[in-house]
Amino acid sequence: MNRTIDPRKDRLERLFSNPKTISISVVLLGFLCGTLLILIVGKNPAGMYSALLQTLTGFDITRGTWNARYIGEWLTASIPLILCGLSMGFAARTGLFNIGAEGQYIVGLTVAQFVALYFPPVPVVHWVAAVAAAGLAGALWGGIVGWLKAKFAVSEVVATIMLNYIAFFFSRWTSMLIPGANTYKTPNFPATARLTSPLFEQLTNGSRLSLGLWVALLSCLIYWFIIEKTKTGFELRATGFNRDAARYAGVRVTRSITTSMLIAGMFAGFAGAVVALGSFSYGRVLGGYDNYGFNGIAVALIGNNNAGGTLIAGLLFGMLSSAQPLMQSRQIPKEITLIISGLVVVLISMRAGVKLILDWKAKKNAQAQKEAHDE
Amino acid sequence: MNSLIAMIPSILMIVSPILITAAGGMICERAGIVNIALEGLMGVGAFTAATIHYFLEPSTSYSIWIALGVGALAGVLTSLIHAFASITLNANQTVSGTGINLLVTGGTAFLAQIIFKMERTLPFKLGMMPGIGGIYPTAWIALAVVVVAWFVLYKRPFGMRLRACGEHPQAAASAGIDVRRTRYIAVMISGALGGLAGGCLVLTQTIQYTVNTINGAGFIALAAVSFGRWLPKGITAASLLFGTATALSIYMVNIQSLRFLPPEFFSVMPYIITLVTLMVFSGKEYAPRASGQPYERSGS
Repeated sequence: MNRTIDPRKDRLERLFSNPKTISISVVLLGFLCGTLLILIVGKNPAGMYSALLQTLTGFDITRGTWNARYIGEWLTASIPLILCGLSMGFAARTGLFNIGAEGQYIVGLTVAQFVALYFPPVPVVHWVAAVAAAGLAGALWGGIVGWLKAKFAVSEVVATIMLNYIAFFFSRWTSMLIPGANTYKTPNFPATARLTSPLFEQLTNGSRLSLGLWVALLSCLIYWFIIEKTKTGFELRATGFNRDAARYAGVRVTRSITTSMLIAGMFAGFAGAVVALGSFSYGRVLGGYDNYGFNGIAVALIGNNNAGGTLIAGLLFGMLSSAQPLMQSRQIPKEITLIISGLVVVLISMRAGVKLILDWKAKKNAQAQKEAHDE
Repeated sequence: MNSLIAMIPSILMIVSPILITAAGGMICERAGIVNIALEGLMGVGAFTAATIHYFLEPSTSYSIWIALGVGALAGVLTSLIHAFASITLNANQTVSGTGINLLVTGGTAFLAQIIFKMERTLPFKLGMMPGIGGIYPTAWIALAVVVVAWFVLYKRPFGMRLRACGEHPQAAASAGIDVRRTRYIAVMISGALGGLAGGCLVLTQTIQYTVNTINGAGFIALAAVSFGRWLPKGITAASLLFGTATALSIYMVNIQSLRFLPPEFFSVMPYIITLVTLMVFSGKEYAPRASGQPYERSGS
């Protein structure tokens, strides 16, 4: 096929082979559908956008007031999403689908709460130990999946769904055993266990923004470093591209799979610690999923499993979730944000379809050329 | 023991929607399409059935059956998204299914806000009535679904073709089977059964639809498909086991000798059992070989 015949079409083709373009168009399409849906049900989409603007900048366009607390709450909502996105993305780089971030998150949250309640209240050491223990617990929970997959060929999709529920029920059960706990909360943590930051609180007019922000940023850095700069990262990516080729090239594939799930679980475990110690002053007895793990799937898909992309996508979904109460106050059903997230995931799954369309177009072009040539 | 016998109607009430959904999931995977969206399909069915029943209840006594039918139809329509993405566009089936689950959680609550001005449907007055022995008609529906699924899969040419699409689509295509069409039908069947099951669940176990109504039943059904090794009798046994465990976690307070265990013990059992079984039997060998892989027409 002659590719130089129409440079404009060629550019279009190149544009849509770029994962960034696809992510951006999918998000825009998601928002477009959301806006149309609001119009169809007879509401004013301006309400949604002014709520989103207020979340991002703290500026309330309807009243003309400014409050930095909204920015703080936006970042607070984004932190666990970024971390769970990293979890999902890291596994995906090795060709695994980690629906289990939710369970790894719950295990991390539960262990962080236990360390917070039972570890001696030494300043700094206390919360560092809690976050580290949560990361370790999440890693173990994820590692189980990797081990099951590598050793017994158990599908990671089914295994992680099972482990999510197991984590949830164990978390409830063990948390309720804590003296003084009732069916929804445990006693308060000592102050040394909490991730609260007076500086952030002051900057954002008393929001719940915590030191978790550093945990998230540091995790992005660790993610980027492992994937791009280490031999392990290279082996993981090789396994993700082509398991058999990696094996022939001397990569120990079963070990790669387990390692990948260990590290993925660690990120989700951090997310659990950040939510437990950053946003709450007491341990929670979970009544249901917090859904950060599931939303992390969308975050990683939009972020193309890159550290930077996941950071941006996490901020985007954090914006959607923290704008919910503001939308509701503007008579926009807050579930529109869930619809947009869902649409984005469905649309991104159709990515392979873009290639099909491009191939089909290329074929048609070639045919047209051939016919022109024959004449 | 007596209390266990007394529990049979409740066990069947919980088992029926799981089994109906699992039958759909089994058919879908046997045709080569993994359907993580079962949870969402049940949600759509439950929401639709609850809404229709709420509005028709005062005017007609057939309201329940109309609600179930429309719920199944809503399931079919939702499953078409999955079919289009994963069959026509070769999408990653797990991702597409996950997206549908998210979409349904948001979509049903959104519609509830529009129709009922709150995040759930208004409660209906009377759900489905239990029949002889306190057993809900949903148990008979589930039984019929499994028997028909078995008959079609193993005794009809269509079933054989469907299974061929899940084992080796290229070979099926060369024998003249339209793989894409067969897979579309399989996904739509799973949509219909998922929607029907959602309706059964909401009309027997509760009085309204909330985002927590399904609460993982679809995922249990998904596990039942693997645990039941993609066989009708297997998924029936698996669903019965899971349903009994769930019923025990709810009704165990009535059983003196088990009171020392926390209710979470019974809730968690189905998941642990599934995981251990998958480990012991290393499920992969039983799974349809082409399950989860997009079928790309080659050549010509």
